[in-house]
Amino acid sequence: MTAPPLSAADMLNREFLEIRAGILALGAALDRIERASGDTADDPRMARIKQALARLGGERPGRAEQVQLIFSLDYDQAWRRTLGVDRG
Amino acid sequence: MYYLDPHIHMVSRVTDDYETLAKMGCVAMSEPAFWAGFDRGSIDGFRDYFRQLTEFEPKRAGWYRVQHFTWLCINAKEAENVRLSREVIAMIPEFLDKPGVLGIGEIGLNKNTKNESIVFLEHLDLAMRTNEQILIHTPHLEDKYKGTRMILDMLCGDSRIDHSRVLVDHVEEHTIRHVLDEGFWAGMTLYPVSKCTPQRAVDMIEMYGPERLLVNSAGDWGPSKPTAVPDFILAMRLRGHPESLIRKVVYENPIEFFSQSRGFQFTPPEVPQTAQS
Repeated sequence: MTAPPLSAADMLNREFLEIRAGILALGAALDRIERASGDTADDPRMARIKQALARLGGERPGRAEQVQLIFSLDYDQAWRRTLGVDRG
Repeated sequence: MYYLDPHIHMVSRVTDDYETLAKMGCVAMSEPAFWAGFDRGSIDGFRDYFRQLTEFEPKRAGWYRVQHFTWLCINAKEAENVRLSREVIAMIPEFLDKPGVLGIGEIGLNKNTKNESIVFLEHLDLAMRTNEQILIHTPHLEDKYKGTRMILDMLCGDSRIDHSRVLVDHVEEHTIRHVLDEGFWAGMTLYPVSKCTPQRAVDMIEMYGPERLLVNSAGDWGPSKPTAVPDFILAMRLRGHPESLIRKVVYENPIEFFSQSRGFQFTPPEVPQTAQS
């Protein structure tokens, strides 16, 4: 563990405009999808996007890791048996 | 600041990139064998590729006083052809004692299939029989978590493997802890869209510390930036981290990891003496 040398306030000063720009880009992209013809309501990717956005709004740390997991396939501990791969 | 890029595909880059990297402080690089953008059709295609990696690229790097090292394998994208993969694996030992060869890599998984797993396990066996270090590619995007866990399962299932001689590359926030907890080295790849940014790499240094962590550009034939490691150095400085910590990650760590390979004959750059008044 290597503590960030900058204070939280300094970090916010550095990151604020980038966060603002990122949120705006997200909002505009979601609007763009909504304006386009057709419907994506049943697309599982939209559900993942909503889940990830909800996670970002939470108070718990580890947001990046949790969002990564939302967009990841599950790991099956019995994958060798499932795929039929012998022990090496 | 001098640095090493532990993972960059220079066969895909123009000679001007060697010059740019040298100007930015790159003193050495390691180039794993990878996918050419198309599936090669024969064993001779791989033999020629391995000659390029072990003969021509070190020469081209040397024009700019950059030291070039390499890793050999057939990559996961071509592993669906198991017969060809086995021919390549049988041919690799012809090249293992060439100067600058560091080991077997970048082996790994792509779509986490049965054939990819079989070829990965056979590469591991080759590395153990020939006492080579291993460099591992982990899959992209939604396949990364599952594939990384499968890879770790296979590595940990082979008692012959010394974890400190294995580098698991392209880690991100959801895979880095699993890799480090098992005692492997972890590489963070700074790559647009599908991997990690310099800022997120700095975050992971802050969260996990600098031990057994490397940073690379994976510059290749796709949209990528061969000077991504200097971007990371700048991001560390702007975040207020000391030069000693930055140097550990971009210079001392790769040397420590590579020094476990008999093929790593590295000549450090001369550091100018401080002018006496």
